[in-house]
Amino acid sequence: MTKNLRTKASKFIDETTRISFKFDGKVYYGYKGDTLASALIANGIHLVARSFKYHRPRGIMTAGSEEPNAIVQVNGNSAYTEPNVRATEIEIYDGLEASSQNCWPNVNFDIGGINNILSPVLPAGFYYKTFMWPASFWEKYEYFIRKSAGLGKSPTKPDPDIYEHKHIHCDVLVIGGGISGIMAAKTAAENNFKTLLLDEKPHLGGSTIYQNSDFDKINNQSSSTWLENEISKLKDIKNLEIKTRTSVVAYHGYNFLLARENLTDHLPFDKKKNKIRQRLIKIRAKKVIVATGSIERPLIFNNNDRPGIILSSAIKKYSDYYGVICGNENVLFTNNDSAYETAISLFNKGIRVNAIIDIRDKVTSSIVNQAEKLSIKIYNSFTIVDTSGYRRIKNISIMKLSKDGQSVTGSKTQINCDCLGVSGGWTPAVHLFTQSGGKLKFDYDDNVFKPNKYPSDQISIGACNGEFDLDTIIKNFNNNVKTYLGIEKTSYENLNISASKEILKKNIWLLPSNKPIGKTKSFVDFQNDATAKDIKLALREGFRSIEHVKRYTTTGMGTDQGKLGNMHALGIISDTSGVKMSDLGTTTFRPPYTPLTFGTIVGRNVGEFFDIFRKTPMHDWHVKNNAEFENVGQWKRAWYYPKKNESMHDAVQRESKAARDGAGILDASTLGKIDIQGSDASEFLNRVYTNAWSKLAVGKCRYGLMLNEDGMVYDDGVTTRLDENHYIMTTTTGGAATVLGKLEDYLQTEWPELDVYLTSVTDHFATISVCGPHSKKIVKKIIPDLDLSDEKFPHMSFKNAKIGNIKCRVMRISFTGEQSYEINIQANFGKSVWEKCIEAGEEFNITPYGTETMHLLRAEKGFIIVGQDTDATLTPIDLQMDWIVSKKKYDFIGKRSLYRSDTIREDRKQLVGIITEDPKEVLEEGAQIVADVSKKPVEMLGHITSSYFSPNLNKSIALGVVKGGKDMLGKKLFVPMKNKVINVQIADPVFLDKDNKRLNA
Amino acid sequence: MFIINCPYCGEREQSEFKAGGEAHIVRPKQPTELSDDEWAEYLFMRKNIKGVQFERWVHIHGCRKWFNMVRDTSNDQIHAVYKMGEKPPVK
Ligand SMILES: [Zn+2]
Repeated sequence: MTKNLRTKASKFIDETTRISFKFDGKVYYGYKGDTLASALIANGIHLVARSFKYHRPRGIMTAGSEEPNAIVQVNGNSAYTEPNVRATEIEIYDGLEASSQNCWPNVNFDIGGINNILSPVLPAGFYYKTFMWPASFWEKYEYFIRKSAGLGKSPTKPDPDIYEHKHIHCDVLVIGGGISGIMAAKTAAENNFKTLLLDEKPHLGGSTIYQNSDFDKINNQSSSTWLENEISKLKDIKNLEIKTRTSVVAYHGYNFLLARENLTDHLPFDKKKNKIRQRLIKIRAKKVIVATGSIERPLIFNNNDRPGIILSSAIKKYSDYYGVICGNENVLFTNNDSAYETAISLFNKGIRVNAIIDIRDKVTSSIVNQAEKLSIKIYNSFTIVDTSGYRRIKNISIMKLSKDGQSVTGSKTQINCDCLGVSGGWTPAVHLFTQSGGKLKFDYDDNVFKPNKYPSDQISIGACNGEFDLDTIIKNFNNNVKTYLGIEKTSYENLNISASKEILKKNIWLLPSNKPIGKTKSFVDFQNDATAKDIKLALREGFRSIEHVKRYTTTGMGTDQGKLGNMHALGIISDTSGVKMSDLGTTTFRPPYTPLTFGTIVGRNVGEFFDIFRKTPMHDWHVKNNAEFENVGQWKRAWYYPKKNESMHDAVQRESKAARDGAGILDASTLGKIDIQGSDASEFLNRVYTNAWSKLAVGKCRYGLMLNEDGMVYDDGVTTRLDENHYIMTTTTGGAATVLGKLEDYLQTEWPELDVYLTSVTDHFATISVCGPHSKKIVKKIIPDLDLSDEKFPHMSFKNAKIGNIKCRVMRISFTGEQSYEINIQANFGKSVWEKCIEAGEEFNITPYGTETMHLLRAEKGFIIVGQDTDATLTPIDLQMDWIVSKKKYDFIGKRSLYRSDTIREDRKQLVGIITEDPKEVLEEGAQIVADVSKKPVEMLGHITSSYFSPNLNKSIALGVVKGGKDMLGKKLFVPMKNKVINVQIADPVFLDKDNKRLNA
Repeated sequence: MFIINCPYCGEREQSEFKAGGEAHIVRPKQPTELSDDEWAEYLFMRKNIKGVQFERWVHIHGCRKWFNMVRDTSNDQIHAVYKMGEKPPVK
């Protein structure tokens, strides 16, 4: 390590613990407490990146989360690697590997630098204008643009780290642990508010904690000593929880906030192991005190982006907090007093300050006087017109500003430097405030947007509220926090404050140069390479809305969301267009405030917890018997049961044949089941189904179709009358929850007078469906006492029965067209009864079949599946199911819509059967159906909704919807595919057993 | 993420609730006697106000009760919640 880049020991840095890390493949050393940025600067490294568009060399510019340039890729490992990490935030640890992100092949030799020379042809909107046209060429451009843009690499393997979510409810949340935040948290907790204090840095204290100037004193102590003492008292306070390394990333309505707590990112690998890496904290706070401070602004001048050009406050932090010297030949460029603090602090450490360039006229505040006393050369009313130095700044050229500040006069003076500190004043960090819905007002004195109207129970205090000097901060604190918390007094009312007051303010958003603007590069957004020239170009081209200018120039659209330059962009727009700042408004700050990893967002909801699934009681049996599963809603349903080497097609053909020739067995437990009771149950069913229910005898089952109020089919299923006032309704698997919700809605809001009670019993029963010519014999073996004769137990009826001692309900209903029995039994007996059925059916070749075979069998019978053959645009009439729509009933849900002018159109799409000319040809579901292939554009009449090869009919069958299909029986149509046109014919949708003989076979 | 004061359960997180559109649209007692236009008015037409709006909500992951809410859609302030069948608070 180059030792001379460290000042004398800082108490925040542990110089006894040396840490080695790699940057761009080379080993460096730093100390415990360093960030990657401070350690690199201590090693003399400023050039860490190439800019996004022009690939200009860029250096570390800040010391915080607002950093636009020093964005690095951390860890090369394919699973652990992380892009877009701010070098100014990551703490170094042994084994840390980081690399420059936005440069290829490397930061010193950069092929994209050619863009810098080409820059006259790369103005704002260049990518939009050039590469987006012709659209077909985008694929070719994209590869090169992406490669040279270098937005970091995503990990290619699953994230091995552990993340979690945590909920915290508190009375008062304080965001930011600077002087204001610490006073607020202490005051709140001492007044019995359950308080949470969060700060993104590893230590509390903000910028005050390393303040060493003689100009900020509290009770005759330096403000840092005073604050340190306050912080030391925090640990004894009850009701106060403090989390450091925790940044609030989102502030939503009703004081709901998200914070990311970094737990292990600063630890070496062996100490990270098996620990939670990051925690997403979901906070619900009764009150929120925002004390997020302010961010120093850069100045916008020609070539203001060279490595070595750093925010003045960052230079001070590097030297006072990290003990790191940013440069040996320093120049400061400012429009306010704060750069003088930096100059004096550097001077006192024996570091050279060659000059202070101040755009203001001569200032006489105490701090400026002090700088003069130290014989620091000050240039008043001067501005920098240019800089030079490719990989590091070498010198600056300054000229006298004209009276109006719009141009420069006189001759150029050159000053050498290897570090230029810039300060354009301070911007309150109002990001979280605006995220929460807060409205800003513009303050023309300080040229800042300040919080104006609070949208929830919150308050902004300190610098983020536009209070910039200690005196104002303390005074306002006492007034505002007392009122906000409703307390009598704070412990900060009699403090003796002495602070330097700024007396002269001057702001020029875009500083003039001796060159015309077209020949300058004054960067406004460093991360996205947007210049003042680009903004002016956008305005010239007619863009007016700030949101449009932002998108056209990409200003503020980087991962830093333009934390540094947004204000300047607004200022330049205002100056150029003549619209006042207060009328211009700001762009929207969106969460997250700083980037979040996906791991933090998903927390523990990964792997099997990503999307939990429901299993039927027989699930383990299906697994054991080699079932493939399909997801239906949240359920895992057995799809088919392939035997060794059997394809899906072969398995389904075998299962389908067995179910019709011998016996099949299906796990139907996932069907929704709703228990309906009450004296008005029949009337209720009359109103929700299209058909009539009052006359259904006890012990009988009936198929029902449910519509939406718009007349479109919504759900279907069989409902059984168990008793006079007791029904059990079945719904589709996927529709169970929404059907129950809809029924409850009508009961509670439209028909509260009905005496009806609904209970979901889907999970309470296992449902086993045994079908086929031998089904009766199998059920007889299991329930010998039950009279299964067609007279006593006909199709569409139900019996209570017992299997051993266990009560069950047996319904004789069929979705396959075969004789079939559905046994409903308490769920925990489901598996054993299923196994009993399999055992009993062995002699009849009972074959378990899955959902695919079920779909095929019902298609042979032309039964619809709601959601497959229907899509919320089909009425029962469209489905040719007129028979199920009661003409007598006065009303039911959807009835009136069935004769709206639109629903009675003859040319609506209607469900029909479709057969192919070649019986071996199986159509693709979703394929379009047309009458005339040669007509351009081809008129599409409809599409295929279900399609199978039927082993029982030995031919291809399909269902589909076709415009006016009802009257097209026998009509020849076409299904055009990519390489061929298939000849088809409209057919009766009932392909098998039209007379329903098999039901009683 | 609102905090919603369910009239039956008290304050709960918004994630326990589901919105159900505009409130106080009564299903016609005799739909069959309505013209197409009148039926369409009931079926399709919603105000979608920027400002104070009367809405239906259901505590779907809680007591499953429907209730009404007066909400300002421009700033998400909830001015009142009240049970189904109750008169809206005068505005
Ligand atoms: Zn409730």
